[in-house]
Amino acid sequence: MRKLLGTVLTSAAFALVGTAGSAETLRILTWGGYAPESVVAAFKAETGIDVEVTLSNNEDMISKLRATGGAGFDLAQPSQDRILGPQQEFGIYKPLDLSQIDKEQFIGDLYDASVAATTVDGAAYGVAHIWGVSGFAVDRSVAGDIKTYADLCSADYAGKISMRTKRIALLGFAFAAGEDPFAAYSDPAKYEEIITAAADAMGECKANVKAYWSGADDLLAMMRSGEVVAAEAWDATGFKLNAEDSKWNFVAPSTGALGWIDTFALPAKGENDAAAYQWINFVMRPDIAAQIVNQAGSFSASKGSDEMVDPALRAAYQEAFPPEVIANIKWFPPIPAGLEDIEGRLLDQIVAQ
Amino acid sequence: MREGKLVFWLLFAPFAAWIALLIVIPHIDMLILSLREKVAPRVYETGFRNYADFAATWVYPWTLLRTVVFSIIATVLTFLIGFPVAYYIAKIAQGRTKAALFMLCLLPFWVSEIVRVFGWMLLLRETGLISNALQGLGLTSGPVELLYNDAAILIGLVYTSMLFMIVPLISTIDGMDDALVEAGYDLGGNGWTVMTRIVIPYAMPGIIAGSIVVFMLALGNYLTPTLLGGKSGQWFTAQIYSQFITRFNWELGSAFGFILLATSSALVWLLLRLSGQSLSNTLGR
Repeated sequence: MRKLLGTVLTSAAFALVGTAGSAETLRILTWGGYAPESVVAAFKAETGIDVEVTLSNNEDMISKLRATGGAGFDLAQPSQDRILGPQQEFGIYKPLDLSQIDKEQFIGDLYDASVAATTVDGAAYGVAHIWGVSGFAVDRSVAGDIKTYADLCSADYAGKISMRTKRIALLGFAFAAGEDPFAAYSDPAKYEEIITAAADAMGECKANVKAYWSGADDLLAMMRSGEVVAAEAWDATGFKLNAEDSKWNFVAPSTGALGWIDTFALPAKGENDAAAYQWINFVMRPDIAAQIVNQAGSFSASKGSDEMVDPALRAAYQEAFPPEVIANIKWFPPIPAGLEDIEGRLLDQIVAQ
Repeated sequence: MREGKLVFWLLFAPFAAWIALLIVIPHIDMLILSLREKVAPRVYETGFRNYADFAATWVYPWTLLRTVVFSIIATVLTFLIGFPVAYYIAKIAQGRTKAALFMLCLLPFWVSEIVRVFGWMLLLRETGLISNALQGLGLTSGPVELLYNDAAILIGLVYTSMLFMIVPLISTIDGMDDALVEAGYDLGGNGWTVMTRIVIPYAMPGIIAGSIVVFMLALGNYLTPTLLGGKSGQWFTAQIYSQFITRFNWELGSAFGFILLATSSALVWLLLRLSGQSLSNTLGR
């Protein structure tokens, strides 16, 4: 008995030493496709660091980090507009040391924009990684005329469209009504008025909606089967469908596509900042960035990476984004704390009505 | 004697730890959260505003009411379908047939709930099996959408919770002496009176136990209503989820959680009172 206990204890001790002595790990909280296996393997080969990937989305990232006070992950990838409010409210990130990041690898405008949007009390909390827009995924063989949220709600497409019950659809309806909700971010009373009108429009459009989608796979299934012919969607979803059949593609709303930039940010209690900076500099190399773009379907802030992506994806992108569409992108400004409570109440009503 | 006590505590400890760490403490934490009012970023006050917010619009009470009503309907349907099945397995089937039938009830539970729900989605969707079969038989001219409505939610809920109704029913009906049924017929009863005056009263503890479990499972289900339900078919659990995860409003989410807990406790109490059963007599058996 004694001997057995001894053996168990020794092997347990070895196991502990084993994990501590083996490679470092970097725990990343990110989106699907942002840390593909091939890139993780290449990073491990170069640095010896193991990467653990947890897939998430904006709200889930904030909830996970809030639950632990910013522990459990060494690198997170929230969108640039989702850093200011949560940071003020929950303090879940720590400031970036920008001197550790090789700025030369970034597209300068995106880098500067993301740093500006994520600066809280003089410190930057995020730099750009992947950017994209929200607009419509459209089956152009049957719904080629859809250009705005109002078109989506026309009687011609009753029961054949989809959207999400999230803030993006509300903002889309507000822009379609000729308002500028982003300009009203600083004026909560004005914002509530604009967004309430948008919620009314979205509620009236509910009769046209087949089902509200919640994950990209939901939407892909409905569009592939032809049950839905047009939907609010990410550009990546449109490009993915386009690769299967060119009748589908992403279409930017004529009132302007809504642009987001997903960033790199350090959770407040991350334990391996050095590895996080190594990862950032690694994945921003143009060849590595191109691999990620092929997986994620959205484009990278890495300079020169777009030259190296899959030609079919590039073609879909160039068709969906002529220069005038790019110039008209409405970039999400940081959301002040509190606005999402208003939107939440309105969205709950739309779902319940 | 002392050793007996030690054994008791050793056996009791895992249970006590489980209850305290995973149920009591988190609930106290939630209760405190639910009484916290958000005033400004990182500024909180204590009060009942979150509970007032629940009642302030029609949206949340309506969702709760819908959820409760649909859970009751699902429970009744599960009973209506499950009772004949359980009766057949317990009293009519013999030997290997009995075991095989019981096995068939269990079989769907070898895969996870999400797979079972996806199965229903494949069957019911507009481009799915049933719609295609109906078109192939010439019964409809175009595709029929059977998914994304309240009936689909009910199908999913009944299917997912059937086993939890059948098992307690079988175990109570199985224990009934066949002589009781024979005596009923000898005394001039017909099939209906024997069923309503002898079998059902005898099986009452099983019926109530099954109903409580099925009702709780339906009320607390998240996956099935979310995947099968339509654009207006939101379940109350989905509201709690969206407060916690999508809106970061843990305070309101906790209040919703307590409201759901209070509602389900009150309804179970009411069911026990109306049926004249007690918890120890039903679930405790």
